[in-house]
Amino acid sequence: MTLSSMSALVSIFFLLWILKDLVVRGIAAINWDFFTHLPAPPGEEGGGIRHAIYGTLVITAMASAIAIPVGLLAGTYLSEYARHGRFGLVVRFLSDILLSVPSIIVGTFVYAIMVRPMGTFSALSGAVALAIIMIPVILKTTDEVLRLVPDVVREAAYALGAPRWVVITKVVYRGAITGIMTGIILAVARIIGETAPLLFTSFSNNFWETNILRPMATMTVVIFNYAMSPYENWQSIAWGASFVLTVFVLVLNLLGRFLFRGRKYG
Amino acid sequence: MDKYIARVMDPVKVEIRHLNFYYGKFHALKDINLQIAEKRVTALIGPSGCGKTTLLRTINRMHDLYPGNRYEGEILLDGKNILDRKTDLMELRQRVGMVFQKPTPFNASIFDNVAFGLRLKGIRDRRELEARVERALRDAALWDEVKDKLKENALSLSGGQQQRLSIARAIAVEPEVLLFDEPTSALDPVSTAKIEELIRSLGRTMTVVIVTHNMQQAARVSDYTAFMYFGEIIEFNSTDIIFTRPKIKLTEDYITGRFG
Repeated sequence: MTLSSMSALVSIFFLLWILKDLVVRGIAAINWDFFTHLPAPPGEEGGGIRHAIYGTLVITAMASAIAIPVGLLAGTYLSEYARHGRFGLVVRFLSDILLSVPSIIVGTFVYAIMVRPMGTFSALSGAVALAIIMIPVILKTTDEVLRLVPDVVREAAYALGAPRWVVITKVVYRGAITGIMTGIILAVARIIGETAPLLFTSFSNNFWETNILRPMATMTVVIFNYAMSPYENWQSIAWGASFVLTVFVLVLNLLGRFLFRGRKYG
Repeated sequence: MDKYIARVMDPVKVEIRHLNFYYGKFHALKDINLQIAEKRVTALIGPSGCGKTTLLRTINRMHDLYPGNRYEGEILLDGKNILDRKTDLMELRQRVGMVFQKPTPFNASIFDNVAFGLRLKGIRDRRELEARVERALRDAALWDEVKDKLKENALSLSGGQQQRLSIARAIAVEPEVLLFDEPTSALDPVSTAKIEELIRSLGRTMTVVIVTHNMQQAARVSDYTAFMYFGEIIEFNSTDIIFTRPKIKLTEDYITGRFG
């Protein structure tokens, strides 16, 4: 008892320590310029990460645009069409393996299939890497929350003469909508903080870049680069970016929790 | 085994002839012959596992949702065999509605729940939808309780209200036949009484088939009763006769509570 409660205290102690450092040092680094300017050269004061905030948002949005439809449809397939079949079992098993593949390996894989052939790092390849990480997360949560909708509710819809696609879109999806949304939000929260797969794919960029076929900066990679640099103003920017990113993830997590309190079956 | 299957006195809506049904290799219904009278209530009674729910679910071909099920024989609805390969199941299920053991509200507003089947039929006109939703809710004795909160989520209703909502949703499309699968087994006595009354009144305007393991309920709501045992209909007759002077010993043993 004592030992486990101590351990619980230790774990939240570190969380609070991290948050305290982030807040104290992060807020100190944040000002208007932080959001509107590009990085200043080493040694100079000021500068911001406008380009990296933009890059994170664009790459996350592109990854979501790929992963959400694929994950949703695959999860629907598993729950509604292949619940008991052997093929469904195999897909579910492989998806669980994909879920536990280290993200840096996904990065090197996309490097091999996209960056090398295209001859350049690019935001698009970063989005593909993140999408590969995201798909099994969305697939799994979709599959699970759809299966929470009781079979008898599906039967009731069929008993009214509904064809299968109406049962799935109007009854099953609506029954599980909060769970689906939560899964998507948590998947976004997960990839928005990924660094390793981006090092090999979207790489980074110190300039304003909107071409998705060119290298693009992201907050995580900026944190990685700037925190390792010897320049004080760059380190301070890394703190600021860490704080902003943490706030993003925190808000997404809270949103996910809040949504999941909505009405549901089970 | 001794059997006694009476012929009905009223016009016949559904006639089941030599029906056999298999779940994979399991022979669940054995040579079922049964007439279901139009605009009357027919009850299916019998011990658990005797096949009464299985029989009920053949009439709207609910078994087709799952693989490995097989029918033999005929089920004539207005003289037309619904087990025919060419039967349009969506159309069949709009003519033969169903209410389940547990309430089955969709995660949507009360209004949208009742309008679900109407919209499937292609009714889009707002005023017609409103009128038919109101009529269905009135017929299901739920209108007074929900008329001020039609936009609220149906999952917020009590169990008994949810079951009456399920009934309202089923009758909104004006089915010719309505199947009830133990509709009160999950409800308290007050809700049960309301639903029994509802079933009796619905039985005057549409053909009703109800599965129940509660014999008093069968006696109270039905005009005809079929007693089933191990996948067979042992005795079928008017409810009066089944409960007062059954012709088969097994039926008598069951309704007097000697087994089951």
